[in-house]
Amino acid sequence: MAADNVPDTAWKSTLIDDVGETVNLCFQCGTCTSSCPSGRMTAFRTRQILRMAQFGLPELILPSDDLWYCTTCYTCYERCPRGVEIVGIITSLRNMAVRAGFMSEAHKDLVKTLYETGHLIPTSDKIMALRKDLGLDEVPHTVLRDKEALKQVQYIMEQTRLLMIIKES
Amino acid sequence: MDLAFFVGCIAPLRYPGIESATREVLERLGVSIRDLEGASCCPAPGVTRSFDVKTWVTMAARNIALAERQGQNIMTVCNGCFGSLFESAHLLGEDPALLRDVNDILEGLNMTVTPHGVEVRHFAEFLAKDVSDNTIKKSFKRKLDLDVAVHYGCHFLKPSKIKQLDDPERPTMVDKLVELTGARSLEYKDKQMCCGAGGGVRARHPDTALAMTKAKMDIIKEAGADCIVDVCPFCHLQYDKGQKALGKDYDIPVLHLAQLYGLAMDIDPKLLGFEAHDIPVKLKV
Repeated sequence: MAADNVPDTAWKSTLIDDVGETVNLCFQCGTCTSSCPSGRMTAFRTRQILRMAQFGLPELILPSDDLWYCTTCYTCYERCPRGVEIVGIITSLRNMAVRAGFMSEAHKDLVKTLYETGHLIPTSDKIMALRKDLGLDEVPHTVLRDKEALKQVQYIMEQTRLLMIIKES
Repeated sequence: MDLAFFVGCIAPLRYPGIESATREVLERLGVSIRDLEGASCCPAPGVTRSFDVKTWVTMAARNIALAERQGQNIMTVCNGCFGSLFESAHLLGEDPALLRDVNDILEGLNMTVTPHGVEVRHFAEFLAKDVSDNTIKKSFKRKLDLDVAVHYGCHFLKPSKIKQLDDPERPTMVDKLVELTGARSLEYKDKQMCCGAGGGVRARHPDTALAMTKAKMDIIKEAGADCIVDVCPFCHLQYDKGQKALGKDYDIPVLHLAQLYGLAMDIDPKLLGFEAHDIPVKLKV
């Protein structure tokens, strides 16, 4: 990576390889920012992220907390007059941030739960009792009652190396 | 093609009443479903896709492959699951290189995913498109006298280019489904605004997620809603737990569409699982 204010053209090519050319179409009208529910509450400015991506400034984008205020609601994407794949671009930038080691502990914990259980929500005795009261099987017909199925999920996460990436960071 | 019920995570493990209501309601409508055996988390788009697209699409592909093996289309009651499974199925159908990469991994599990092999359906759009209004109305045992704040959530209709279900800015699909019960769907400001939970924001920036929920709740309270009706267990959780966390006396019960239909069908409220809700569901219906 180049110094944080010098455009990194090689990095920019990687981004475009991943999400296509639409990042170049942004003309900074700010429709995204003004449509953003998260931006109403915080200093997160979608337009700024896009401009930094256009310039090729990974050192400013990837460590930034701002990248993680997007709820992926797609309002900006739906309204963008230039057809910029905004959510796709933010997603790609987040993937890069994770690989560069910028991931919150709360998010790392979610990945661990996903690996260990195949779900993102832990179960509990209370919920199992309620399920029974409702006439449902105490344990749903998912990986939760099928160890082989859970192993398959874990195999996928090992193949894609997500868990290793997190451990290394 | 029959339907494989993809339960997801939040419905079975936090609000099982959404799962039981869905089963009861579909049975009364004559729609037969089977469990999608061995399914995992969809996996949740806001977090998993944000972390690693390949993990997200491959796990989703495994769930899709399970449905193919059962010879059934997928039905989900959750916008997050719908987003992951529908969009992954779309990508796998459009991108041969991605399909190859994903099947290379699935091969290690003796599994394979076929482009356009199964359809991914959401409970709400299935009711709107595949079940007639008459059939739905005939299944109802009573008229609900309620003012409802419908919350569509984000991943039900968007990205609209591929979902193609309704106008993403001014949709009517869920409002119409709600009004079949006799309830009135309220117009309210920022109706299409996100609940705040998505994109990993609830986990990483819970206060920001809650600020969005508060903005929505203030408007919904002002509009005079008797309850919120959602089509997504994650939005459901955000509104239900969010009201409690905000500590204000909004006191507006949160129902999934399946639970509202359960009330209209006069299903025993005990089977609708309201006791899992933080905001008590006390409605004069």
